[in-house]
Amino acid sequence: MLTGSVIIFYLLAALTLACGVLSVTTRHIFRAAIYLLFSLIGIAGIYFWLQYEFIAAVQIVVYAGGIAVLIIFSIFLTQQAGSKLPAQTNQRKIFALLAAFCGFALTMLQVYQHEFYLSAFPTGSVSIHAIGEQMLNVDQSGYALPFEVISMLLLAAMIGCIVIALRIKNQTEENPPVTGNSES
Amino acid sequence: MQPGLYHILFISAALFFIGVYGFFTRRNLITMLMSIELILNSVNLNFVAFNKYLWPEKMDGLFFTVFIIAIAAAEAAVAIAIIINLYRSHHSIDVEQAEELKN
Repeated sequence: MLTGSVIIFYLLAALTLACGVLSVTTRHIFRAAIYLLFSLIGIAGIYFWLQYEFIAAVQIVVYAGGIAVLIIFSIFLTQQAGSKLPAQTNQRKIFALLAAFCGFALTMLQVYQHEFYLSAFPTGSVSIHAIGEQMLNVDQSGYALPFEVISMLLLAAMIGCIVIALRIKNQTEENPPVTGNSES
Repeated sequence: MQPGLYHILFISAALFFIGVYGFFTRRNLITMLMSIELILNSVNLNFVAFNKYLWPEKMDGLFFTVFIIAIAAAEAAVAIAIIINLYRSHHSIDVEQAEELKN
């Protein structure tokens, strides 16, 4: 039966996959970034469809709002506007397509042969309260230690970005680093 | 047909190999980074789907997803810093142009 929920799922899946394919095949780099953005939004829609609102919100904020904008800015900084990417050789395309298709077929074969023990009652959404409680819990099931490690990683990445993108002083006058404040 | 775990695994696998195809064919660093983002997203989708359909009473898949998103943000920021640095020294971000280490 074809209810609204099913139709929405297939629309989101089609949006995600079509934009993903266009993103890796188009020769305009700016369009590739926009297609990537729509693909990421489609994935956020699938998270909404699965009733994981928190993950969907994080996906939209970090990916669609952060990483996509970062990529678009770096395109503006490094590419001539309107110029096309050079075309790839057909040989490379064919072999890449072959490798991707064989990997996909093998993966899907394994997935369909494997019998998952599906849970009898998939529950609805989880509350943000429960997520926060488990995230900062120091008990056995808590994630306080990975949380701290991720904080250190983000700090290190931020400092690393500033150091990498910093210009050397004697080369030119001081210039603010371009990246580094993206994930704060 | 009611969408279930297998449908989401199909989307995720397809997205992963779209990313792999892009990574093989692209020779521009920014588009390669985009392919990596697609691959990371497919992994996230897998974690969320397994959490939803196999262990709905737990939340471990959600935490893995959140941590992967955080690491992906850090990775993208560092990668773009490297790309901009490379552009400054080579005036191109084509990987074929950056081959000083080859000889």
